[in-house]
Amino acid sequence: MDESLTFLLSIFPRLLAAVPLTLALTAISCVIGNALAVPVALARLSPNPLLWMPSALYILLMRGTPLLVQTYLIYYGLGEVLPGSFIQQTFLWEYLKDGFWYAVFAFSLNTAGYTGEILRGAMSAVPRGEIEAAKAYGMSPWLVLWRVTLPRAVQICLPAMSGETILLLKATSLASLITVWDIMGTARQIQKESYRIYEPLIAAGIIYIITVFILTRLLNLLERRINQHRAAPQSA
Amino acid sequence: MDTTLKVEDLHKRFGEAEVLKGVSLSANTGDVIAMIGSSGSGKSTLLRCINLLEIPNSGRVYVNGELIRMKALPDGTSKPEDQKQVERIRSKLAMVFQSFNLWSHRTILENVIEAPVHVLGVPKKEAIERAEALLAKVGIADKRNFYPNHLSGGQQQRAAIARALAMEPSVLLFDEPTSALDPELVGEVLQVMRKLAEEGRTMLVVTHEMGFARDVANQIVFLHKGQIEEQGTPGEVIGHPKSERLKQFLSSTRH
Repeated sequence: MDESLTFLLSIFPRLLAAVPLTLALTAISCVIGNALAVPVALARLSPNPLLWMPSALYILLMRGTPLLVQTYLIYYGLGEVLPGSFIQQTFLWEYLKDGFWYAVFAFSLNTAGYTGEILRGAMSAVPRGEIEAAKAYGMSPWLVLWRVTLPRAVQICLPAMSGETILLLKATSLASLITVWDIMGTARQIQKESYRIYEPLIAAGIIYIITVFILTRLLNLLERRINQHRAAPQSA
Repeated sequence: MDTTLKVEDLHKRFGEAEVLKGVSLSANTGDVIAMIGSSGSGKSTLLRCINLLEIPNSGRVYVNGELIRMKALPDGTSKPEDQKQVERIRSKLAMVFQSFNLWSHRTILENVIEAPVHVLGVPKKEAIERAEALLAKVGIADKRNFYPNHLSGGQQQRAAIARALAMEPSVLLFDEPTSALDPELVGEVLQVMRKLAEEGRTMLVVTHEMGFARDVANQIVFLHKGQIEEQGTPGEVIGHPKSERLKQFLSSTRH
């Protein structure tokens, strides 16, 4: 038991060194995914079937299939197609040798599907009067979207979106299955080297939970900042 | 004649129901026109057709002599020919809503400078100076950094009036501005509106406040079932109603 604990403690530095990679995976996928969620939500709300049908299908596929399946399909599927294509001649090729960018690609697309659906709901929950006022003051449709609908919708769905971010952080452990040395990947590596099953998993679990805890606090702060209008009034 | 706003033969249908059956109206600079009538008479719809929040089925609206160009569609409705023109004209017709409709994610000051900065292109610094003066004018300068939800209904409506004034509009459109307020807050909003009327602003006011209509408006329009039933000075319309309907309406609102 003692020896097990010593081993557990001894592997922390290596696992901690992998935290930045996990955070990078999460942050980059989160930014790209949430940005892509905007057109997904807009298309979903469009009355035009050429826009809303593909968007609905996209959301269904992203939410209806396991993220692991999506990740494998993108990693092995693209890995099959890309070599020999024109992509090989471009600067992108440097990146595409690395499992990391396939993981970012998969997680971003998945996040776009989930957040797109959340954002769609939030956008239809923005009070009609506020949108009407924006129109009545001469704003163009884009300006209404950019100045009123989107910021209001983000406020409304921020709790759901930060929940998604936490889920994404944990989901990035799937990247370890496509040769990414994130926290989980490093834990698996240690398992192979040491023939110990549990200690790396336990240590990884502890690191994940601390990371999630810190991230949750940060997101709460962000929420409070963005949703000031609901808090107690500040003096003039 | 200096006609700021002219409405000709406006028709609006919602499905089967014809809400406006050919309404014509004009306002000269400095006119304060009160539109009265029971609910369902079409007075709010008329106001909303003027800035095209509702698209009329037919009819013409001129603002400062400029016709809002519409094109008729085969299904009997119509749509604006030029969205840019609609946006430009809307920016000259500032509307004050029954439920305020302030942007709740922005402070009072941000609400007031929003459209001047982003629609009219006024430099931010200038817009802020003007906004502060307007907030002082409506008596809520100390609330500039508050969010709308932290203000009383009367304060929110006064902020909404400041937001409207910041556009330096040709016409102010008021859509039942005091109907959503607690009785004790109605007075403070009416007082601000009275001040604006005295300044010579052109105002179109849908209201249930007969006292306000009588004292402040120079013209009263009584709508009934989508048509103008009677129209004239307060003395004529309230003092000497001709039609049975108007007499009935007045006796039901008199206390």
